Amino acid sequence: MSEDLGLWSVLIAVIGGAIRVSTPFLFVSLGETITERSGRINLGLEGTLVFGAMSAYGTAVLTNSPWAGVAVAALAGAAFGLLHGFVCRLPRVNDVAVGIALMLFGSGLAFFLGKPFIQPSAPPLPAIPFGFWSSLPQVQAALQVNVLFLAGAALSVFLWWAFRNTKAGLIVRVVGDSADAARAMGYDVDRVRLYATATGGALAGIGGAYLSLYYPGSWNEGVSSGQGLMAVALVIFARWNPLACFGAALLFGGAGALGPALQSVGVSQGYYLFYAAPYVLTLALLIATASPDRALAGAPGELSLSK
Amino acid sequence: MDSTPALPRAIGIETIGMTKRFGAHAALDDVSMKIERGGFHALLGENGAGKSTLVKCVMGFYAPTAGTVLVDGREAEITNPKGAQARGLGMVYQHFTLVPSLTGAENLVIARADAPAILDWKAQRAVLADFMDRMPFRLNLDRPVAELAAGEKQKLEIVKQLYLEARFLILDEPTSVLTPSEAEEVLGLLRAMTDRGDLTVLMISHKFHEVETFARSLSVLRRGRLVGGGAVGTLSRDDMAALMIGERTVRTLAARIGDADAGREVLRVEGVTATDPSGLRHIAIDSLRVRAREIVGIAGVSGNGQKELADVLGGQIRATAGRVIVAGAPYSGTRSESRSRKVRFIPEEPLRNACAPRMSVSENLAFRAFDRRGDAAGGPPTLWLDKRAMAARARELIARFKVKTASAEAPIATLSGGNVQRAVLARELTDPVDLLIVVNPCFGLDFAAVSEIRNRIVAARNAGAAVLLISEDLDEILELSDRILVMSDGRLVYETPAAAAEAGTIGRHMAGHH
Repeated sequence: MSEDLGLWSVLIAVIGGAIRVSTPFLFVSLGETITERSGRINLGLEGTLVFGAMSAYGTAVLTNSPWAGVAVAALAGAAFGLLHGFVCRLPRVNDVAVGIALMLFGSGLAFFLGKPFIQPSAPPLPAIPFGFWSSLPQVQAALQVNVLFLAGAALSVFLWWAFRNTKAGLIVRVVGDSADAARAMGYDVDRVRLYATATGGALAGIGGAYLSLYYPGSWNEGVSSGQGLMAVALVIFARWNPLACFGAALLFGGAGALGPALQSVGVSQGYYLFYAAPYVLTLALLIATASPDRALAGAPGELSLSK
Repeated sequence: MDSTPALPRAIGIETIGMTKRFGAHAALDDVSMKIERGGFHALLGENGAGKSTLVKCVMGFYAPTAGTVLVDGREAEITNPKGAQARGLGMVYQHFTLVPSLTGAENLVIARADAPAILDWKAQRAVLADFMDRMPFRLNLDRPVAELAAGEKQKLEIVKQLYLEARFLILDEPTSVLTPSEAEEVLGLLRAMTDRGDLTVLMISHKFHEVETFARSLSVLRRGRLVGGGAVGTLSRDDMAALMIGERTVRTLAARIGDADAGREVLRVEGVTATDPSGLRHIAIDSLRVRAREIVGIAGVSGNGQKELADVLGGQIRATAGRVIVAGAPYSGTRSESRSRKVRFIPEEPLRNACAPRMSVSENLAFRAFDRRGDAAGGPPTLWLDKRAMAARARELIARFKVKTASAEAPIATLSGGNVQRAVLARELTDPVDLLIVVNPCFGLDFAAVSEIRNRIVAARNAGAAVLLISEDLDEILELSDRILVMSDGRLVYETPAAAAEAGTIGRHMAGHH
């Protein structure tokens, strides 16, 4: 029966892929949303993601607990965020340049420390089989939903709520939109940004843990392939809105699953082109949503790219 | 037994020997001033007289070099604005301190030091509604501040201070962005609050009629010193002006020579519509004509589309429809067009919009002609700069326009506002000009600079230039224009020859009552 599914199987695979592939995008973009809403841009999250993947995998191998891996990845990510935030508060330091430096530093450090963990296998993160009702193996595979995906979905709703309904959320927005106003209210702008960048780093670290402990589910140097950078673009596309981040992450995840899905139904030519779908999509969306006559709607006023 | 609930009462402020030095320069020199509880005190002075320095010392922005502040007769050590807020002191600044992307309600709530960690908007809204009922202004608190008009922002700033329970309110030129009727409404309501003893107000102002109508007492600062003051009514306007300016001759305005050249229409704007980059403000100009030897003044309250009109004329935003015609041909603001048609554009805030702040005065003066040799304006651009000629030209212009600068090689950002404007005028007005577009040319400048810059504009007109003057200062429009237009809500709504102009009618149209 499964042979008759044809194009349906592509759709199912894309949906499954959207759920499976989107999680790192989601965590990194939510983290970056918090950081950028506070008025700073952290391009180093790609490095944080890779380091998170390595540290989670290593910890899981050593302790045999994937959750310990997630925790260590979050801590490592927060440490990278703190480093970024601390360096950026020094005078005449540019956050974009620091981010690029940290991206290379994080990846390099992860490759250096991660060499011993390429061979051993770590216990994976648990997933919930939401596809139990179906007899189709494709559907069952597609609806294997990892716990972190659900946590990320809940987190995006929470952040959307928190930016409007909590004091901390409003303070982050104030700092990101008008540092002068924040100072006049007596808030320490650098400190708020330091915390926001650390939180963003922690979330990116969790995204890395998902990469190495669930999908693809192993540690090697090509584990991320630029997802951390694309998530930064995704934040702009999502207009700094956590709910839109969730939608955008699903879209990117689905696009990323297109290539493997086509390959699995026997499309033997040109499927490599579809591997590029997320990157083409990034470009196409940014061009489509650009305008020479309008300012970036919703952009935090203090962000160096919108100033 | 007192049954009335304890209302926040006004507090009185006194400064004793306030002095603030920046290096050798005394911005504030031994100023002692007392503002009674429930008073409405006006602080007059030219730019740089020390008014802002004084209030910033009171608010804890600056640590005074010497002197103390008494709050209700007791010495108070105020080291930061938060401490001032805690003592019931609040200040409304000239620039807005509201956060643009937050709504009015969010701005109010987050400004409170005791805002709860999780905001129950239903409860907060109820508190705000109750508070707004007691407020003199009606405001929509659900819209992002970025979408509010300047007048509404100003009211929200005042409301915010009252929401923070300020009982002593400092207003820094509060009416500069308001229509005359809005200004009367706002100041009248604040005056009523002081009369009830709920509030004390200290207002920095340049406008004598405001001071006379609303303030009860006044002080005049000049060069950092307190030079006079007393109850309103004891000083005439001439006295106040004399105290502010001191012993100095101010040049009178150059006389207008000749009438507009009816046959030579230099600028024509037809059916132009445009939208600003935020997408919030729209303009629609049906018809605007400026003839040679004529100053056309466009009056209007800030934020009614003047900036967008200027940006279209200067080529900074694109018109979505219509035509801009200069000297008979379409004009889009490119460098070659402005050169060949002799169009000169002086935007507002010239340091930001017409200069490269960190480049030298000499380089900034050369922006029009740095890629030309000598007077060969039509020739091809050169590839290298003639630094010696640039420096010589800069020295000449600095002397001719009396630009005060340490040297021609000093960054232009180190100059005072008046001198930046002089330098920009020197650059724009030395060569023959057919069309001059100026926006708020005297904003924030002192008396002497203002009269000199206005003279230059009139001189350009007398020499035959068509001048479009866009200004938020109605007095300036009335003083300089041959013909006056009023802009409101993105449209030109009223036109009158200056000779027949009447400030009240213009004010009504500015306020949107037409």
